[in-house]
Amino acid sequence: MTLTTAATLCIAIGIIFNALGVIGILRFPDVYTRLHAETKMATFGTIFLAIGVILYAAGLLADTGDSQYLTLATHTILVVIAIAFTNATGAHAIARAAHKSGQLPDPAVVDRLQEVKKRD
Amino acid sequence: MNDVLFAAIAILALLILLAGVRLTLGPTIPDRVVAFDTINTIIVASMILMAAYFGQTIFVDVALVYALLSFLGTLAIAKYIGGEL
Repeated sequence: MTLTTAATLCIAIGIIFNALGVIGILRFPDVYTRLHAETKMATFGTIFLAIGVILYAAGLLADTGDSQYLTLATHTILVVIAIAFTNATGAHAIARAAHKSGQLPDPAVVDRLQEVKKRD
Repeated sequence: MNDVLFAAIAILALLILLAGVRLTLGPTIPDRVVAFDTINTIIVASMILMAAYFGQTIFVDVALVYALLSFLGTLAIAKYIGGEL
């Protein structure tokens, strides 16, 4: 019973953070701030949704003892690991590609990456 | 618990549509890539929830392969935009 409540709470947190990420990419002014909203909120929200499903499967496993819920939990842990690594790497690649294609932040005050490239 | 899972899947479908607005409008190409990455992440999350809702463990395996392949797609588009491909 408490595992089901904890799973519902985790799924609610995940939905809220995914919604914040999507609102962020709709409202922020340039590509770097949109990337900031998307990659943090969507990764955190998806990891929390997966934790909710793991808790739900653990509750069903404790109730019924069926081994398919153990498979569900372990494979969901694999998805969490994959999401945590690939989303961070993908966000880095998009930011680097946006800078190389000539995009600057909306009020660009200082551009350290350009200075380093000029010095080399 | 099934009602909670169904409501979560419905809200995620609505969020995919909202991210599709940015994918359509997006003034520059990196904006569209960001929206595309958001949609991929939310689809993986909704596949995990659907595995719990329908009781089909195979959905999680599909989500794992989808996450890794969408990462390759994002990397390829990013390399193309940066002029390294």
